[in-house]
Amino acid sequence: MGFIYLDHQSGTPLHPRVKEAMSRHMETIFGNPMSDHQVGQPAAEALEKARSQVTALINAKPAEVVFTSGGTESNNHAIKGVAIGLREKGRHIITSNIEHKSVLNSLRTLRLLDYRVTSLDVDSYGLVDPGAVEKAITPDTILISIMMANNEIGTIEPIAEIARIAQKHKIIMHTDAVAAVGNIPVDVQELGVNLLSLAANQFYGPPGVGALYVRKGTPVWPLLDGGTQENKRRAGTENLIGIVGLGVAAELAREAIPTRQVRLRALKERLEQGIKARIPEIHINGHLTKNLPHLLSVSVEYIEGESLMLMLDDEDIVVATRSACASGSLRASHVLIGTGMDFATAQGTLVFTLGEENTDADIDRVLQVMPGIVQTLREMSPLYKKSAG
Amino acid sequence: MAYSPIVLDHFKSPRNVGEILDADGLGEVGNPVCGDMMSVYIKVEGDRIADIKFKTFGCGAAIAVSSMITELAKGKTLEEAMKIKNSDVAKALGGLPPNKLHCSNLGADALHSAIKNYLDRKSGKVVAKEEGEPHLPEKGEACYCPYCEKKVEEESPFCIFCGKEMPHEHDH
Repeated sequence: MGFIYLDHQSGTPLHPRVKEAMSRHMETIFGNPMSDHQVGQPAAEALEKARSQVTALINAKPAEVVFTSGGTESNNHAIKGVAIGLREKGRHIITSNIEHKSVLNSLRTLRLLDYRVTSLDVDSYGLVDPGAVEKAITPDTILISIMMANNEIGTIEPIAEIARIAQKHKIIMHTDAVAAVGNIPVDVQELGVNLLSLAANQFYGPPGVGALYVRKGTPVWPLLDGGTQENKRRAGTENLIGIVGLGVAAELAREAIPTRQVRLRALKERLEQGIKARIPEIHINGHLTKNLPHLLSVSVEYIEGESLMLMLDDEDIVVATRSACASGSLRASHVLIGTGMDFATAQGTLVFTLGEENTDADIDRVLQVMPGIVQTLREMSPLYKKSAG
Repeated sequence: MAYSPIVLDHFKSPRNVGEILDADGLGEVGNPVCGDMMSVYIKVEGDRIADIKFKTFGCGAAIAVSSMITELAKGKTLEEAMKIKNSDVAKALGGLPPNKLHCSNLGADALHSAIKNYLDRKSGKVVAKEEGEPHLPEKGEACYCPYCEKKVEEESPFCIFCGKEMPHEHDH
Protein backbone atom coordinates (compact mmCIF):
# COMPACT_ATOMS: atom_id res chain seq x y z
CA MET A 1 0.00 0.00 0.00
CA GLY A 2 1.25 3.46 -0.86
CA PHE A 3 -0.55 4.97 2.11
CA ILE A 4 -0.74 4.55 5.86
CA TYR A 5 -4.29 3.58 6.74
CA LEU A 6 -5.39 4.71 10.19
CA ASP A 7 -9.16 4.81 9.67
CA HIS A 8 -10.15 1.19 10.32
CA GLN A 9 -13.38 2.36 11.88
CA SER A 10 -14.64 3.44 8.46
CA GLY A 11 -13.94 -0.06 7.20
CA THR A 12 -11.13 -2.58 7.55
CA PRO A 13 -9.37 -4.09 4.54
CA LEU A 14 -10.53 -7.66 3.77
CA HIS A 15 -8.41 -10.32 5.43
CA PRO A 16 -6.84 -12.51 2.70
CA ARG A 17 -8.50 -15.61 4.15
CA VAL A 18 -11.88 -13.86 4.17
CA LYS A 19 -11.40 -12.87 0.56
CA GLU A 20 -10.37 -16.41 -0.35
CA ALA A 21 -13.43 -17.95 1.36
CA MET A 22 -15.77 -15.48 -0.34
CA SER A 23 -14.23 -16.12 -3.77
CA ARG A 24 -14.43 -19.89 -3.31
CA HIS A 25 -18.07 -19.60 -2.25
CA MET A 26 -18.92 -17.41 -5.23
CA GLU A 27 -17.36 -19.90 -7.64
CA THR A 28 -18.99 -23.02 -6.20
CA ILE A 29 -22.32 -22.14 -4.59
CA PHE A 30 -25.17 -20.12 -6.00
CA GLY A 31 -28.18 -21.87 -4.46
CA ASN A 32 -30.82 -20.42 -2.17
CA PRO A 33 -30.59 -21.74 1.39
CA MET A 34 -34.40 -21.95 1.45
CA SER A 35 -34.43 -24.61 -1.33
CA ASP A 36 -34.54 -28.22 -0.13
CA HIS A 37 -32.82 -29.58 -3.24
CA GLN A 38 -29.23 -30.44 -4.09
CA VAL A 39 -28.40 -26.89 -5.23
CA GLY A 40 -29.96 -25.24 -2.19
CA GLN A 41 -28.49 -27.50 0.48
CA PRO A 42 -24.80 -26.50 0.15
CA ALA A 43 -26.00 -22.89 0.49
CA ALA A 44 -27.94 -23.75 3.65
CA GLU A 45 -24.85 -25.47 5.05
CA ALA A 46 -22.65 -22.46 4.29
CA LEU A 47 -25.19 -20.20 6.01
CA GLU A 48 -25.27 -22.32 9.16
CA LYS A 49 -21.49 -22.67 9.24
CA ALA A 50 -21.17 -18.88 9.21
CA ARG A 51 -23.80 -18.64 11.93
CA SER A 52 -21.86 -20.98 14.20
CA GLN A 53 -18.66 -18.98 13.57
CA VAL A 54 -20.38 -15.72 14.66
CA THR A 55 -22.00 -17.55 17.57
CA ALA A 56 -18.58 -18.63 18.83
CA LEU A 57 -17.18 -15.09 18.65
CA ILE A 58 -19.81 -13.68 21.05
CA ASN A 59 -20.65 -16.85 23.04
CA ALA A 60 -24.26 -17.06 21.80
CA LYS A 61 -26.41 -20.00 20.66
CA PRO A 62 -26.84 -20.51 16.88
CA ALA A 63 -30.59 -19.81 16.94
CA GLU A 64 -29.84 -16.42 18.51
CA VAL A 65 -27.85 -14.88 15.63
CA VAL A 66 -29.74 -13.04 12.86
CA PHE A 67 -27.77 -11.89 9.82
CA THR A 68 -28.38 -8.31 8.66
CA SER A 69 -26.96 -5.78 6.21
CA GLY A 70 -24.67 -4.32 8.89
CA GLY A 71 -24.58 -2.26 12.06
CA THR A 72 -27.18 0.25 10.96
CA GLU A 73 -29.77 -2.41 10.16
CA SER A 74 -29.00 -4.31 13.37
CA ASN A 75 -29.57 -1.17 15.45
CA ASN A 76 -32.75 -0.26 13.56
CA HIS A 77 -34.02 -3.83 13.92
CA ALA A 78 -33.33 -4.06 17.65
CA ILE A 79 -34.90 -0.71 18.54
CA LYS A 80 -37.90 -0.61 16.20
CA GLY A 81 -38.44 -4.36 16.60
CA VAL A 82 -38.78 -4.09 20.40
CA ALA A 83 -40.90 -0.94 20.10
CA ILE A 84 -43.38 -2.78 17.88
CA GLY A 85 -43.11 -6.04 19.82
CA LEU A 86 -43.91 -4.37 23.14
CA ARG A 87 -46.20 -1.58 21.98
CA GLU A 88 -49.03 -2.82 24.22
CA LYS A 89 -46.72 -2.86 27.21
CA GLY A 90 -45.15 0.59 27.09
CA ARG A 91 -43.83 3.48 25.06
CA HIS A 92 -40.74 4.70 26.88
CA ILE A 93 -37.13 4.06 25.82
CA ILE A 94 -33.86 5.04 27.54
CA THR A 95 -30.65 5.81 25.63
CA SER A 96 -27.58 8.08 25.90
CA ASN A 97 -26.51 11.34 24.24
CA ILE A 98 -23.53 9.76 22.46
CA GLU A 99 -25.10 6.91 20.48
CA HIS A 100 -24.46 6.23 16.79
CA LYS A 101 -26.79 7.97 14.36
CA SER A 102 -28.51 4.69 13.48
CA VAL A 103 -29.68 4.55 17.10
CA LEU A 104 -30.45 8.27 17.38
CA ASN A 105 -32.46 8.33 14.19
CA SER A 106 -34.30 5.07 14.88
CA LEU A 107 -35.49 6.79 18.05
CA ARG A 108 -36.36 9.89 16.01
CA THR A 109 -38.73 7.73 13.98
CA LEU A 110 -40.25 6.24 17.13
CA ARG A 111 -40.86 9.73 18.54
CA LEU A 112 -42.98 10.41 15.47
CA LEU A 113 -45.02 7.36 16.46
CA ASP A 114 -45.55 8.76 19.98
CA TYR A 115 -42.89 6.84 21.85
CA ARG A 116 -41.06 8.82 24.53
CA VAL A 117 -37.26 8.81 24.71
CA THR A 118 -35.02 9.72 27.64
CA SER A 119 -31.49 10.48 26.43
CA LEU A 120 -28.97 10.45 29.27
CA ASP A 121 -26.00 12.78 29.70
CA VAL A 122 -22.51 11.31 29.88
CA ASP A 123 -19.56 12.55 31.96
CA SER A 124 -16.47 14.21 30.48
CA TYR A 125 -15.00 10.76 29.68
CA GLY A 126 -18.16 9.77 27.84
CA LEU A 127 -19.34 7.35 30.54
CA VAL A 128 -23.03 6.66 31.14
CA ASP A 129 -23.94 6.50 34.85
CA PRO A 130 -25.83 3.23 35.60
CA GLY A 131 -27.51 5.01 38.54
CA ALA A 132 -28.93 7.57 36.11
CA VAL A 133 -30.26 4.75 33.95
CA GLU A 134 -32.10 3.25 36.92
CA LYS A 135 -33.53 6.66 37.88
CA ALA A 136 -34.85 7.19 34.35
CA ILE A 137 -36.90 3.97 34.41
CA THR A 138 -40.67 4.50 34.39
CA PRO A 139 -43.49 1.91 34.64
CA ASP A 140 -43.82 1.91 30.84
CA THR A 141 -40.10 1.70 29.95
CA ILE A 142 -39.70 -1.12 27.43
CA LEU A 143 -36.11 -0.77 26.22
CA ILE A 144 -32.68 0.49 27.25
CA SER A 145 -30.20 0.99 24.39
CA ILE A 146 -26.65 2.00 25.33
CA MET A 147 -23.61 1.43 23.13
CA MET A 148 -20.86 -0.92 24.29
CA ALA A 149 -17.97 1.21 23.03
CA ASN A 150 -18.15 4.68 21.52
CA ASN A 151 -16.97 4.89 17.93
CA GLU A 152 -15.63 8.46 18.21
CA ILE A 153 -13.87 8.55 21.58
CA GLY A 154 -13.44 4.83 22.31
CA THR A 155 -14.94 4.85 25.82
CA ILE A 156 -16.24 1.44 26.93
CA GLU A 157 -19.55 1.68 28.80
CA PRO A 158 -20.52 -0.36 31.89
CA ILE A 159 -22.93 -2.55 29.91
CA ALA A 160 -23.00 -5.56 32.27
CA GLU A 161 -23.94 -3.30 35.16
CA ILE A 162 -26.66 -1.54 33.16
CA ALA A 163 -27.97 -4.89 31.89
CA ARG A 164 -28.34 -6.11 35.49
CA ILE A 165 -30.49 -3.05 36.24
CA ALA A 166 -32.56 -3.73 33.12
CA GLN A 167 -33.04 -7.34 34.18
CA LYS A 168 -34.11 -6.35 37.66
CA HIS A 169 -36.83 -4.15 36.18
CA LYS A 170 -37.72 -6.69 33.45
CA ILE A 171 -36.73 -4.28 30.69
CA ILE A 172 -35.14 -5.33 27.38
CA MET A 173 -31.47 -4.30 27.04
CA HIS A 174 -29.84 -3.61 23.66
CA THR A 175 -26.22 -2.66 23.10
CA ASP A 176 -24.72 -1.32 19.88
CA ALA A 177 -21.41 -3.21 19.98
CA VAL A 178 -20.36 -2.42 16.41
CA ALA A 179 -17.17 -0.61 17.48
CA ALA A 180 -16.33 -3.31 20.03
CA VAL A 181 -16.94 -6.72 18.42
CA GLY A 182 -13.81 -8.04 16.74
CA ASN A 183 -11.60 -5.55 18.60
CA ILE A 184 -12.12 -6.61 22.22
CA PRO A 185 -13.59 -9.81 23.70
CA VAL A 186 -17.41 -9.63 23.75
CA ASP A 187 -19.43 -12.29 25.57
CA VAL A 188 -23.22 -11.92 25.53
CA GLN A 189 -23.60 -14.19 28.58
CA GLU A 190 -21.22 -12.08 30.66
CA LEU A 191 -22.86 -8.87 29.44
CA GLY A 192 -26.37 -10.18 30.09
CA VAL A 193 -27.91 -8.21 27.22
CA ASN A 194 -30.97 -9.27 25.21
CA LEU A 195 -29.83 -7.71 21.95
CA LEU A 196 -26.40 -6.85 20.51
CA SER A 197 -25.41 -5.34 17.14
CA LEU A 198 -22.20 -6.14 15.23
CA ALA A 199 -20.74 -5.45 11.76
CA ALA A 200 -18.20 -7.42 9.70
CA ASN A 201 -16.31 -4.41 8.33
CA GLN A 202 -14.96 -3.63 11.80
CA PHE A 203 -12.89 -6.83 11.87
CA TYR A 204 -11.56 -7.50 8.36
CA GLY A 205 -14.83 -8.78 6.92
CA PRO A 206 -16.74 -7.20 4.03
CA PRO A 207 -18.94 -4.08 4.29
CA GLY A 208 -22.74 -4.45 4.05
CA VAL A 209 -23.08 -7.44 6.35
CA GLY A 210 -23.54 -7.77 10.09
CA ALA A 211 -25.61 -9.53 12.69
CA LEU A 212 -28.04 -8.95 15.51
CA TYR A 213 -27.81 -11.17 18.56
CA VAL A 214 -31.34 -11.86 19.83
CA ARG A 215 -31.48 -13.71 23.16
CA LYS A 216 -34.10 -16.47 23.10
CA GLY A 217 -37.52 -15.13 24.04
CA THR A 218 -36.80 -11.45 23.24
CA PRO A 219 -39.91 -9.90 21.66
CA VAL A 220 -38.40 -8.37 18.51
CA TRP A 221 -40.76 -7.85 15.59
CA PRO A 222 -39.14 -8.12 12.13
CA LEU A 223 -37.88 -4.93 10.49
CA LEU A 224 -38.08 -6.42 7.00
CA ASP A 225 -41.30 -8.34 6.33
CA GLY A 226 -41.51 -11.23 3.90
CA GLY A 227 -40.52 -14.90 3.98
CA THR A 228 -39.41 -17.06 6.88
CA GLN A 229 -35.64 -16.64 6.51
CA GLU A 230 -33.53 -16.19 9.64
CA ASN A 231 -36.00 -17.98 11.87
CA LYS A 232 -38.77 -15.54 10.81
CA ARG A 233 -36.72 -12.61 12.11
CA ARG A 234 -35.37 -11.13 8.88
CA ALA A 235 -37.01 -11.79 5.52
CA GLY A 236 -35.26 -11.70 2.15
CA THR A 237 -32.79 -14.01 0.44
CA GLU A 238 -29.57 -13.93 2.43
CA ASN A 239 -26.46 -12.04 1.29
CA LEU A 240 -24.66 -15.35 1.45
CA ILE A 241 -21.32 -14.23 -0.04
CA GLY A 242 -21.11 -11.48 2.56
CA ILE A 243 -22.30 -13.79 5.34
CA VAL A 244 -19.59 -16.35 4.47
CA GLY A 245 -17.07 -13.49 4.73
CA LEU A 246 -18.49 -12.41 8.09
CA GLY A 247 -18.25 -16.00 9.38
CA VAL A 248 -14.58 -16.41 8.47
CA ALA A 249 -13.76 -12.91 9.79
CA ALA A 250 -15.47 -13.83 13.08
CA GLU A 251 -13.43 -17.01 13.39
CA LEU A 252 -10.18 -15.17 12.64
CA ALA A 253 -11.09 -12.39 15.11
CA ARG A 254 -11.74 -14.90 17.90
CA GLU A 255 -8.24 -16.32 17.39
CA ALA A 256 -6.51 -12.95 16.90
CA ILE A 257 -8.09 -10.69 19.55
CA PRO A 258 -5.91 -11.71 22.53
CA THR A 259 -2.64 -10.83 20.77
CA ARG A 260 -3.99 -8.14 18.47
CA GLN A 261 -5.47 -5.99 21.21
CA VAL A 262 -2.17 -6.00 23.11
CA ARG A 263 -0.14 -5.11 20.02
CA LEU A 264 -2.53 -2.34 18.90
CA ARG A 265 -2.69 -0.84 22.38
CA ALA A 266 1.10 -0.55 22.36
CA LEU A 267 0.98 1.16 18.96
CA LYS A 268 -1.73 3.51 20.17
CA GLU A 269 0.34 4.34 23.25
CA ARG A 270 3.29 5.18 20.99
CA LEU A 271 1.06 7.48 18.94
CA GLU A 272 -0.54 9.12 21.97
CA GLN A 273 2.72 9.75 23.82
CA GLY A 274 4.40 10.95 20.63
CA ILE A 275 1.64 13.46 19.84
CA LYS A 276 1.58 14.70 23.44
CA ALA A 277 5.36 15.24 23.35
CA ARG A 278 5.43 16.99 19.99
CA ILE A 279 2.25 19.06 19.76
CA PRO A 280 1.21 21.50 22.50
CA GLU A 281 -2.40 22.39 23.29
CA ILE A 282 -4.14 19.16 22.41
CA HIS A 283 -6.72 17.01 24.21
CA ILE A 284 -6.92 13.22 24.26
CA ASN A 285 -10.60 12.30 24.34
CA GLY A 286 -12.39 9.41 26.01
CA HIS A 287 -11.78 7.42 29.18
CA LEU A 288 -8.19 6.97 30.36
CA THR A 289 -8.43 3.21 30.95
CA LYS A 290 -11.89 1.98 29.89
CA ASN A 291 -11.29 2.44 26.17
CA LEU A 292 -10.87 0.60 22.88
CA PRO A 293 -7.27 -0.59 22.33
CA HIS A 294 -7.09 0.65 18.72
CA LEU A 295 -8.84 4.04 18.84
CA LEU A 296 -7.22 7.39 19.63
CA SER A 297 -9.28 10.60 19.48
CA VAL A 298 -7.28 13.84 19.57
CA SER A 299 -8.62 17.40 19.55
CA VAL A 300 -6.15 19.99 18.34
CA GLU A 301 -6.79 23.56 19.50
CA TYR A 302 -7.18 26.49 17.06
CA ILE A 303 -7.59 24.46 13.86
CA GLU A 304 -10.35 22.66 12.04
CA GLY A 305 -10.29 18.91 11.55
CA GLU A 306 -11.09 18.62 7.85
CA SER A 307 -8.10 20.80 6.86
CA LEU A 308 -5.87 18.67 9.07
CA MET A 309 -7.30 15.44 7.61
CA LEU A 310 -6.81 16.67 4.02
CA MET A 311 -3.22 17.76 4.64
CA LEU A 312 -2.39 14.40 6.24
CA ASP A 313 -4.09 12.67 3.30
CA ASP A 314 -1.80 14.62 0.99
CA GLU A 315 1.11 13.03 2.89
CA ASP A 316 -0.55 9.59 2.39
CA ILE A 317 -1.66 9.35 6.01
CA VAL A 318 -5.34 8.42 6.09
CA VAL A 319 -7.35 9.36 9.19
CA ALA A 320 -10.92 10.39 10.07
CA THR A 321 -12.10 13.73 11.41
CA ARG A 322 -15.13 14.54 13.49
CA SER A 323 -15.34 18.17 12.38
CA ALA A 324 -18.77 19.45 11.47
CA CYS A 325 -17.64 20.55 8.03
CA ALA A 326 -16.61 17.04 7.06
CA SER A 327 -19.61 15.24 8.48
CA GLY A 328 -22.01 17.14 6.24
CA SER A 329 -24.26 18.15 9.10
CA LEU A 330 -22.39 21.41 9.76
CA ARG A 331 -22.68 20.82 13.46
CA ALA A 332 -19.93 19.72 15.76
CA SER A 333 -19.94 16.04 16.79
CA HIS A 334 -22.77 15.31 19.22
CA VAL A 335 -20.46 12.89 21.02
CA LEU A 336 -17.75 15.47 21.79
CA ILE A 337 -20.32 18.12 22.69
CA GLY A 338 -21.96 15.45 24.88
CA THR A 339 -18.73 15.13 26.87
CA GLY A 340 -18.81 18.87 27.53
CA MET A 341 -16.22 19.97 24.97
CA ASP A 342 -16.60 23.47 23.51
CA PHE A 343 -17.62 23.80 19.87
CA ALA A 344 -14.36 25.27 18.57
CA THR A 345 -12.16 22.56 20.08
CA ALA A 346 -14.53 19.81 18.94
CA GLN A 347 -14.07 21.08 15.36
CA GLY A 348 -10.37 20.20 15.47
CA THR A 349 -10.76 16.50 16.21
CA LEU A 350 -9.01 13.58 14.52
CA VAL A 351 -9.88 9.93 15.12
CA PHE A 352 -7.08 7.43 14.54
CA THR A 353 -8.21 3.78 14.40
CA LEU A 354 -5.32 1.34 14.13
CA GLY A 355 -5.39 -2.07 12.52
CA GLU A 356 -3.62 -5.33 11.90
CA GLU A 357 -1.31 -4.05 9.16
CA ASN A 358 -0.04 -0.97 11.05
CA THR A 359 3.54 -0.88 12.34
CA ASP A 360 5.78 1.25 14.55
CA ALA A 361 7.15 2.82 11.38
CA ASP A 362 3.64 3.99 10.41
CA ILE A 363 3.20 5.69 13.77
CA ASP A 364 6.65 7.29 13.55
CA ARG A 365 5.78 8.69 10.14
CA VAL A 366 2.64 10.34 11.59
CA LEU A 367 4.70 11.79 14.42
CA GLN A 368 7.21 13.12 11.90
CA VAL A 369 4.65 14.80 9.64
CA MET A 370 1.79 15.90 11.87
CA PRO A 371 3.47 18.60 14.03
CA GLY A 372 4.48 20.60 10.94
CA ILE A 373 1.00 20.42 9.44
CA VAL A 374 -0.59 21.49 12.72
CA GLN A 375 1.80 24.44 12.92
CA THR A 376 1.08 25.50 9.31
CA LEU A 377 -2.67 25.47 9.97
CA ARG A 378 -2.27 27.24 13.30
CA GLU A 379 -0.25 30.02 11.63
CA MET A 380 -3.21 30.40 9.28
CA SER A 381 -5.81 30.51 12.06
CA PRO A 382 -7.22 33.75 13.50
CA LEU A 383 -7.92 31.91 16.76
CA TYR A 384 -4.27 30.97 17.32
CA LYS A 385 -2.97 34.54 17.44
CA LYS A 386 -5.84 35.74 19.57
CA SER A 387 -5.15 33.10 22.17
CA ALA A 388 -1.41 33.67 22.12
CA GLY A 389 -1.83 37.44 22.45
CA MET B 1 -16.81 15.12 -1.19
CA ALA B 2 -14.95 16.00 -4.33
CA TYR B 3 -12.92 19.19 -4.42
CA SER B 4 -11.90 20.62 -7.80
CA PRO B 5 -8.18 20.77 -8.65
CA ILE B 6 -8.27 24.58 -8.22
CA VAL B 7 -9.74 24.22 -4.72
CA LEU B 8 -7.07 21.68 -3.80
CA ASP B 9 -4.32 23.93 -5.17
CA HIS B 10 -5.52 26.96 -3.17
CA PHE B 11 -5.99 24.79 -0.08
CA LYS B 12 -2.52 23.26 -0.26
CA SER B 13 -0.72 26.47 -1.28
CA PRO B 14 -2.92 29.29 -0.02
CA ARG B 15 -2.03 32.77 -1.33
CA ASN B 16 -1.76 35.87 0.87
CA VAL B 17 -1.86 34.17 4.27
CA GLY B 18 -1.07 36.37 7.23
CA GLU B 19 -1.85 39.73 8.76
CA ILE B 20 -1.10 43.35 7.85
CA LEU B 21 -0.04 45.05 11.06
CA ASP B 22 -0.86 48.60 9.87
CA ALA B 23 -3.94 47.55 7.88
CA ASP B 24 -6.35 50.25 6.68
CA GLY B 25 -9.32 47.92 7.02
CA LEU B 26 -10.12 44.70 8.87
CA GLY B 27 -13.08 42.40 8.24
CA GLU B 28 -13.91 39.52 10.57
CA VAL B 29 -16.76 37.11 9.87
CA GLY B 30 -18.01 33.74 11.04
CA ASN B 31 -17.38 32.00 14.30
CA PRO B 32 -15.80 28.69 15.21
CA VAL B 33 -19.13 27.26 16.32
CA CYS B 34 -20.25 26.95 12.71
CA GLY B 35 -16.89 25.65 11.67
CA ASP B 36 -15.37 28.64 9.93
CA MET B 37 -13.98 32.03 10.86
CA MET B 38 -12.14 34.45 8.59
CA SER B 39 -10.22 37.70 9.06
CA VAL B 40 -9.30 39.88 6.03
CA TYR B 41 -6.76 42.71 6.23
CA ILE B 42 -6.53 45.33 3.47
CA LYS B 43 -4.04 48.07 2.66
CA VAL B 44 -5.55 50.79 0.44
CA GLU B 45 -3.63 53.12 -1.88
CA GLY B 46 -5.73 55.75 -3.66
CA ASP B 47 -8.94 53.84 -4.28
CA ARG B 48 -7.25 50.51 -4.89
CA ILE B 49 -6.57 47.48 -2.70
CA ALA B 50 -2.76 47.53 -2.75
CA ASP B 51 -2.31 44.60 -0.41
CA ILE B 52 -4.59 42.02 1.17
CA LYS B 53 -4.01 39.16 3.62
CA PHE B 54 -6.18 36.63 5.43
CA LYS B 55 -6.34 34.26 8.36
CA THR B 56 -8.91 31.47 8.42
CA PHE B 57 -10.12 28.77 10.80
CA GLY B 58 -12.04 26.32 8.67
CA CYS B 59 -12.25 23.36 6.35
CA GLY B 60 -10.42 22.87 3.06
CA ALA B 61 -13.09 24.80 1.16
CA ALA B 62 -13.01 27.73 3.60
CA ILE B 63 -9.23 28.07 3.23
CA ALA B 64 -9.41 27.83 -0.58
CA VAL B 65 -12.20 30.44 -0.65
CA SER B 66 -10.14 32.77 1.54
CA SER B 67 -7.12 32.39 -0.72
CA MET B 68 -9.17 32.95 -3.88
CA ILE B 69 -10.98 36.05 -2.62
CA THR B 70 -7.65 37.72 -1.83
CA GLU B 71 -6.45 36.92 -5.36
CA LEU B 72 -9.65 38.28 -6.90
CA ALA B 73 -9.57 41.48 -4.84
CA LYS B 74 -5.87 42.37 -5.07
CA GLY B 75 -5.29 45.45 -7.24
CA LYS B 76 -9.01 46.09 -7.73
CA THR B 77 -10.66 49.42 -6.92
CA LEU B 78 -12.83 49.40 -3.81
CA GLU B 79 -15.90 49.77 -5.99
CA GLU B 80 -14.91 46.75 -8.09
CA ALA B 81 -14.07 44.71 -5.02
CA MET B 82 -17.47 45.46 -3.46
CA LYS B 83 -19.05 43.90 -6.53
CA ILE B 84 -17.32 40.53 -6.07
CA LYS B 85 -20.08 38.10 -5.18
CA ASN B 86 -19.94 34.79 -3.33
CA SER B 87 -20.86 33.03 -6.55
CA ASP B 88 -17.84 34.64 -8.30
CA VAL B 89 -15.53 33.01 -5.75
CA ALA B 90 -17.13 29.59 -6.14
CA LYS B 91 -16.94 29.96 -9.93
CA ALA B 92 -13.27 30.98 -9.88
CA LEU B 93 -12.55 27.89 -7.81
CA GLY B 94 -14.08 25.62 -10.45
CA GLY B 95 -17.14 25.02 -8.28
CA LEU B 96 -17.64 23.76 -4.73
CA PRO B 97 -19.45 20.64 -3.48
CA PRO B 98 -23.08 21.59 -2.62
CA ASN B 99 -22.61 21.10 1.10
CA LYS B 100 -19.62 23.46 1.02
CA LEU B 101 -21.26 26.35 -0.83
CA HIS B 102 -21.90 28.10 2.48
CA CYS B 103 -18.11 28.39 2.87
CA SER B 104 -17.95 30.66 -0.17
CA ASN B 105 -20.24 33.15 1.59
CA LEU B 106 -17.52 33.70 4.12
CA GLY B 107 -15.02 35.04 1.59
CA ALA B 108 -17.01 37.87 0.01
CA ASP B 109 -18.58 38.78 3.36
CA ALA B 110 -15.15 39.18 4.97
CA LEU B 111 -13.81 41.24 2.06
CA HIS B 112 -16.83 43.56 2.02
CA SER B 113 -16.63 43.91 5.78
CA ALA B 114 -12.94 44.93 5.51
CA ILE B 115 -13.79 47.58 2.87
CA LYS B 116 -16.65 48.96 4.99
CA ASN B 117 -14.29 49.08 7.96
CA TYR B 118 -11.81 51.10 5.87
CA LEU B 119 -14.52 53.53 4.68
CA ASP B 120 -15.83 53.95 8.23
CA ARG B 121 -12.35 54.68 9.54
CA LYS B 122 -11.76 57.19 6.73
CA SER B 123 -14.99 59.04 7.38
CA GLY B 124 -13.96 59.33 11.01
CA LYS B 125 -16.79 57.10 12.25
CA VAL B 126 -15.99 55.46 15.53
CA VAL B 127 -15.86 51.81 14.70
CA ALA B 128 -17.61 49.80 17.34
CA LYS B 129 -15.87 46.49 17.67
CA GLU B 130 -18.37 43.69 17.55
CA GLU B 131 -17.54 41.45 20.46
CA GLY B 132 -20.88 39.65 20.64
CA GLU B 133 -20.79 36.07 21.79
CA PRO B 134 -21.38 33.67 18.94
CA HIS B 135 -24.81 32.05 19.00
CA LEU B 136 -24.39 28.63 20.51
CA PRO B 137 -27.09 26.16 19.55
CA GLU B 138 -28.68 25.32 22.87
CA LYS B 139 -29.20 21.79 23.98
CA GLY B 140 -32.57 20.60 22.82
CA GLU B 141 -33.01 23.59 20.53
CA ALA B 142 -35.79 22.57 18.16
CA CYS B 143 -35.90 22.56 14.36
CA TYR B 144 -38.91 24.02 12.61
CA CYS B 145 -40.19 23.41 9.09
CA PRO B 146 -39.55 26.61 7.11
CA TYR B 147 -42.78 26.07 5.12
CA CYS B 148 -45.45 25.16 7.66
CA GLU B 149 -43.45 26.18 10.77
CA LYS B 150 -44.32 22.99 12.65
CA LYS B 151 -41.70 21.44 14.92
CA VAL B 152 -39.83 18.70 13.08
CA GLU B 153 -37.13 16.19 14.00
CA GLU B 154 -33.49 17.10 13.31
CA GLU B 155 -32.13 16.06 9.90
CA SER B 156 -35.59 15.05 8.64
CA PRO B 157 -35.53 14.32 4.89
CA PHE B 158 -38.96 15.98 4.51
CA CYS B 159 -41.56 17.61 6.72
CA ILE B 160 -44.09 14.98 7.84
CA PHE B 161 -46.76 17.66 8.24
CA CYS B 162 -46.66 19.46 4.88
CA GLY B 163 -44.58 16.99 2.87
CA LYS B 164 -42.08 19.60 1.62
CA GLU B 165 -38.47 18.57 1.26
CA MET B 166 -36.31 20.07 4.00
CA PRO B 167 -33.52 22.41 2.85
CA HIS B 168 -29.95 21.45 3.73
CA GLU B 169 -29.36 22.98 7.12
CA HIS B 170 -26.56 25.51 7.41
CA ASP B 171 -25.48 28.24 9.67
CA HIS B 172 -24.85 31.23 7.43
